[in-house]
Amino acid sequence: MIEIQKVRKSFGPLEVLKGIDLTVAKGEVLTVIGGSGSGKSTLLTCINGLEPIDSGKILVDGVEVHAKSTNLNKLRQKIGIVFQQWNAFPHLTVLENVMLAPRKVLGRSKAEAEAEAEKQLKHVGLGEKLSVYPNRLSGGQQQRMAIARALAMGPEYMLFDEVTSALDPMLVGEVLDTLRMLASEGMTMICVTHEMKFAREVSDRVAFFHQGIMAEIAPPEELFGAPKTPELQKFLAATH
Amino acid sequence: MIDTAMTAKDFWMLVQGAGMTLLVTAISVAIGTVIGVICGIFRFQVGPWWAAPVTFVLDVCRSVPLLIQLSLAFAFVTAVLKLRVSGFSVACGVLSLYTAAYCAEIVRGALEAVPANTRRGARSLGLSWAQDMRYIALPLASRVALPSWIGLSLGVMKDSALIYVVNVSELMKSTKDLITRLQEPLFLLLLCGVFYFVISFPIARFGAYLEKRWSND
Repeated sequence: MIEIQKVRKSFGPLEVLKGIDLTVAKGEVLTVIGGSGSGKSTLLTCINGLEPIDSGKILVDGVEVHAKSTNLNKLRQKIGIVFQQWNAFPHLTVLENVMLAPRKVLGRSKAEAEAEAEKQLKHVGLGEKLSVYPNRLSGGQQQRMAIARALAMGPEYMLFDEVTSALDPMLVGEVLDTLRMLASEGMTMICVTHEMKFAREVSDRVAFFHQGIMAEIAPPEELFGAPKTPELQKFLAATH
Repeated sequence: MIDTAMTAKDFWMLVQGAGMTLLVTAISVAIGTVIGVICGIFRFQVGPWWAAPVTFVLDVCRSVPLLIQLSLAFAFVTAVLKLRVSGFSVACGVLSLYTAAYCAEIVRGALEAVPANTRRGARSLGLSWAQDMRYIALPLASRVALPSWIGLSLGVMKDSALIYVVNVSELMKSTKDLITRLQEPLFLLLLCGVFYFVISFPIARFGAYLEKRWSND
């Protein structure tokens, strides 16, 4: 379970999270929508401790992420994150990209890591590209590789930060299909996205962020069907 | 074609000089690179304010002409500290620091060229700072740094001609000694140039080869 309690976070004078309260249960798929600068991506990077927070608490399975005593490298093993920019390691092959963290962080043997990486890469449809360098892949393929790389660590939670925003429209579908597959397998996911159709389809709940506040949260039929706040009504009208 | 009084023994003296040039360069570049990498990572990591003392020392090594550094260091070690240290050791010490000063800049610049997002991706997988450095940041930075580093090594090799001031008989000193004796400056300088070329060329080619190999294409 991920529990976010009264989280506040500023970048200089700009407060991007103004007291967020949110709980995500095991197995739930939550999508987060909202305009740019609404704080949704920042929240994700706070959840796995890549960004510090100013006040409040984030608990992952009862462990406080930003407590001094927390071993973040250990905690991150169960929280996978995939970014808008897929951040491939350009000097490693696709297989090596996926094998690196299991070998160095989890201490897996080469054979074990290789088997796991191959399995994950096949799972996302990259079984043919194992020995290729990332610069030979399309954006969508690189993004799927990044997903496989995160999955190879055996995470219990997956965070997706606008993973299709930097992609060619033609390539969005293949990545969303991968996310759908994960959701149907029961992975706990938080997806920040601009793909409304996708949000409507896969989510258990959808949260709408507006200027650092979680303005609304509800199951998709309710949130899209009967938006309560004027901000959400405006946002939905603009994105349709 | 060339009429010279040079004997095989004289030629051997040049070969030995070239060997000394190579030896001093190899030692200095090896030690200087290790120190330079450490200082470069340090400067990159702690930021300009905390790294200021290190930066200052490195700046001195870069700004004061090598000839002066060598003379002063030798005088300081032998006359002031009264240590019985060979010119060879002083030369290696000064050249190492000189290499380290330039190398630190190269390393810092190369680390800055590694995209922050790539490193963020590494950390998000649970890699520690050191693992990120070892497996992601430094390998990527080394590709950026390689051409400058090869250039630096070749530069140090040629700058090592100055260590004659601490009485080390490297290639240039051997050539000068021969010129004094044989009075054939043009021929000997030409030969000396050929020697420098012969030892530099493989290094330059090796650098180009590595660059090509690391480009993943």
